Amino acid sequence: MDILFYVAAVVAVLATALAITRRNAVHGLLYLIVSLLAVALIFFVVGAPFVAALEVIIYAGAIMVLFVFVMMLLNLGPQSADQERRWLPPGVWSGPLALAIVLFGELLYVIGSATLASTGAEIGPVEVGIALYGPYALGVEIASMLLLAGLVGAYHLGRRETERSGGG
Amino acid sequence: MSPSLYAIVILIVILVVLLTVAALLVWFERRLLGLWQDRYGPNRVGPFGIFQTVADTIKLLTKEDWIPPFADRPVFVIAPAIVMVTVLLAFGVVPFAPTVQVADLNIGLLFFLGMSSLGVYSVTLAGWSSDNKYALVGSLRAAAQMLAYEVFMGLSLMGVVMLAGSFSLRAIVEAQRGLWYCVPQLLGLIVFANAGIAETRRLPFDLPEAESEIVAGYHSEYSGMKFGMFFIGEYLGITLISAMAVTLFFGGWLGPWLPPVVWFALKTLILVCGFILLRATLPRPRFDQLMAYGWKVMLPLALLNLAVTGAIVTARA
Repeated sequence: MDILFYVAAVVAVLATALAITRRNAVHGLLYLIVSLLAVALIFFVVGAPFVAALEVIIYAGAIMVLFVFVMMLLNLGPQSADQERRWLPPGVWSGPLALAIVLFGELLYVIGSATLASTGAEIGPVEVGIALYGPYALGVEIASMLLLAGLVGAYHLGRRETERSGGG
Repeated sequence: MSPSLYAIVILIVILVVLLTVAALLVWFERRLLGLWQDRYGPNRVGPFGIFQTVADTIKLLTKEDWIPPFADRPVFVIAPAIVMVTVLLAFGVVPFAPTVQVADLNIGLLFFLGMSSLGVYSVTLAGWSSDNKYALVGSLRAAAQMLAYEVFMGLSLMGVVMLAGSFSLRAIVEAQRGLWYCVPQLLGLIVFANAGIAETRRLPFDLPEAESEIVAGYHSEYSGMKFGMFFIGEYLGITLISAMAVTLFFGGWLGPWLPPVVWFALKTLILVCGFILLRATLPRPRFDQLMAYGWKVMLPLALLNLAVTGAIVTARA
């Protein structure tokens, strides 16, 4: 199982790096989807199949579809790739890269000092459900309120202004 | 035979049978449509025209496989493969019989939903990469339609999960020994059937490829075997939705006298005929009607079903 984990991890890191560096927005999104699928596989391998399924359904299957949908409506042509090339010359990357290397070093240190807790017992959907509606019930309720607020907000923004147009 | 070898044999058998069934369905649908429209349909190639699909495949393979110069080449090539891969993967969790199943995941139902939600990319990317306005309109419709109907599909199945107490498809079938779920979950079945038709983009919900308005929609630019992949993918999708409906609502392989696999195949075949009958009878709605029907009728029904089932399960416990 360890080899599966490492392969998926390498795919996830590579796909994420490619997602950042692609100039064509849709290609970048496709790499991001691959990265999410790789992360789902990691969840599955370490014994969290329920989270893995939700990752595929919600992130890869719903949210990213909306991203692709918007990209299609914008209809970005080759000129937008040129524009991005002008906005992001290679020199821009040096600052973030230096900071990221510092973080990466820290990450390596943390991983090196921690004991590897891989492939524990599998946590099935029933356990996840009991945890969500037991000790974490408050968190679930807060998240649902946040989503409701988003829903109401979207409805308000998308509302037709009937007052000014005089009905109809 | 060792368990791993048995698993590989089962996998290959299922794959071969599914592809054969999908190819036969192409011919079967045309014959059945012919019957209902009082004409013959294809009856020249082989007995009853059963080898029509072979002839069609030879034609598709020998045609020029053209990629438009303005298309986004890599995405254009990947798009038809995605639909095949996601549908075939989803078949991996379908229990055809007690011993005929590739993988009995404890999240089997969620795996099916995940694969069907990934299938959206196939049509969306096909339309986008074609760089053609009709293809783009078709794939925009497909993305909006499939995203919307996925929501009700997931919700309509949760009633079944509540009654069975598991996401495992085998456990769901075993739980239907006393009573098939099409009786207590009738509402769920209705919503699932509607969502299934929208997910497979079949008439009356085939607006993504409405040939009378937008040429052929998302696959306007496709030719040769790449078009063939979309075509076979559609029939595999019909088989998948029928097989899932059988598993979740019609007792899967359960039935007297006949062997389990035969029961499963028979029930699936009946539902597939239902799909074809719908195509033969119903006209296509407008896109706003499709959306309104989904969000204003199907979603409340799915939620109602969920609330009532939840209340009954809680009251019984």
